[in-house]
Amino acid sequence: MLDLTLMLLVFGLSFAIGYVLISRVPPLLHTPLMSMTNAISAVTILGAFLLFAGDVDGTTRVLGGLALATAAFNLLGGYAITNRMVRMFRSPGAGTKSRV
Amino acid sequence: MNDAMNVLVDLAVIAMLVVGISRFRTPRGARFGNHAAGLALAAAILLVLVRNGVTDPITVALWTAAGGLVGVWMALRVDMTRIPGMVALQHGMGGVAAFLISALELVHGGSELGAVGKASGYLGLAIGAATFSGSLLAAAKLDNRIRQAPTRLGGHNSLLATLAIAIVCLSVASSTFDGPALAIGVGLLVVLSASFGVLFAMRIGGADMPVLISFLNATAGLAAAFCGVIIQNRLLIACGATVASSGSILTHVMCKAMNRSLANIFLGATGAARPATGSGSPSAVPAASPAAEGPTSSAAPGTPLASVKAADDRPLADRLHDVARVALGARRVIVVPGYGMALAQAQFAVVQLTRRLEEMGKEVRFAIHPVAGRMPGHMNVLLAEAEVDYEKLCEMDDVNRDFPDTDLVLVVGACDVVNPAAIHTPGTPLSGMPILMAHTARHVAVCNLDARPGYSGVENPLYRQSQTTLLFGDALETVQGLRQAVDAAAAKPAAGAGVPAVAT
Repeated sequence: MLDLTLMLLVFGLSFAIGYVLISRVPPLLHTPLMSMTNAISAVTILGAFLLFAGDVDGTTRVLGGLALATAAFNLLGGYAITNRMVRMFRSPGAGTKSRV
Repeated sequence: MNDAMNVLVDLAVIAMLVVGISRFRTPRGARFGNHAAGLALAAAILLVLVRNGVTDPITVALWTAAGGLVGVWMALRVDMTRIPGMVALQHGMGGVAAFLISALELVHGGSELGAVGKASGYLGLAIGAATFSGSLLAAAKLDNRIRQAPTRLGGHNSLLATLAIAIVCLSVASSTFDGPALAIGVGLLVVLSASFGVLFAMRIGGADMPVLISFLNATAGLAAAFCGVIIQNRLLIACGATVASSGSILTHVMCKAMNRSLANIFLGATGAARPATGSGSPSAVPAASPAAEGPTSSAAPGTPLASVKAADDRPLADRLHDVARVALGARRVIVVPGYGMALAQAQFAVVQLTRRLEEMGKEVRFAIHPVAGRMPGHMNVLLAEAEVDYEKLCEMDDVNRDFPDTDLVLVVGACDVVNPAAIHTPGTPLSGMPILMAHTARHVAVCNLDARPGYSGVENPLYRQSQTTLLFGDALETVQGLRQAVDAAAAKPAAGAGVPAVAT
């Protein structure tokens, strides 16, 4: 029962801290925020690694592998796309004379 | 490593994540924030690999590299107009990972999982699979692979309820199963949950997509958190919960910006099926719906309103010339972009035009409605890519009071977000929705595809105001034409208004 309490506590605290922090993110950055949180939720990859920590049967090799691949897709893809987006935002005054 | 050490390390990783997220205030901070979050995740992964190891490193490396490479490759080449579809796809992949891990843990863990673990397993499985299928459907809609129109079945809500009950019953039954029966039950649950996701997402379309995509963000996080409970990993629970709260906030912001409740959007609580035209959408074939007849029946979507047509039936070139002259005399200009701008890929042309106006000493800003586009912040990334300084991207509440003192408002592919019926006409699907007050400006030029109402199906009175000039057609061509007209008009400042002055 202690485990459940602890896990609920972790969930509740994280939700609350996340709520406070993310309420302050300006709409300007909502798209990069969403892609970054996608990368964060891809820590499910930890669960996928654990599937490969013990004996690995054929099913796990395939389905667990798919879980690894999809989580890695999100983790690296989410990081890369967020990085690409936030770098596009130009600070005032800079870059007004370049292309287009 | 002992337990206290583990807790400390987990806390360090979480602290790093918190720092990363807290830097998402300014674009510059966000760059650092993203790196910090990435570093935290890398540390967490390393930690698990060191603590637990893997028995088959080559298989693990191959799968991880395959997924990661595809993810990065897609992230680097996706067009910014297609970002919403890409993000929806990522939600879906998060769902896949969550339901696969839950399913495998359930089947392998058997009775060792305990009640809490099992319950979390079935929750992670159901939510993950529904997020997966719902997100893929959303991604297909957002990429215009399938029609964005909502699809409704007879008794849609009862079907959803039946499926939900079936999922709960099968979960309870499966938790008592063992061996092959358990595997079959779990497999069947995946199918049922995925069907639920499809049913859920299929009737949400067009301008409601920002809500759906934010909601799926939250469910993907929730599924990850449940995965964390099964494998008893604090970090995963914490990360999942953070993402769930982020998605919830965005969902709430989107709902508020449309003045609608979540139930109204997802369950069609009022029964008001909305015609499915995105503002300026070329593929707009409004779904006929008896429920929408009330306040919008006069708007007969698809046929330009007689009053709109009669207002100004001179050639487009003349109207472009008129707007160009207004622009030349203007001091302050505000651009209102919408999804139509993304569809027409007109953002670079728009920025070219605004640069020209700025060179002439005019103050130009962009007014961004929270639900403009197909996901939260969509317009901001599009315009950032077109190299607009982010200080010129103004939020609705900041810019609204400036419209009366604005000489020219350029609406590009937006309709509902500038529809004054939201304020002046009670009883329409838009009534009460906060809008950009473009109609209070001295002059408005509308560069939309046609006079069809936006997604809400509510006719836009802005089109009939005397200070509005309608420049219907492909927004890219219209905006390019407008820039040529501005150049031409600037070249001969003394020329009379009657001279056709569009550059050839």
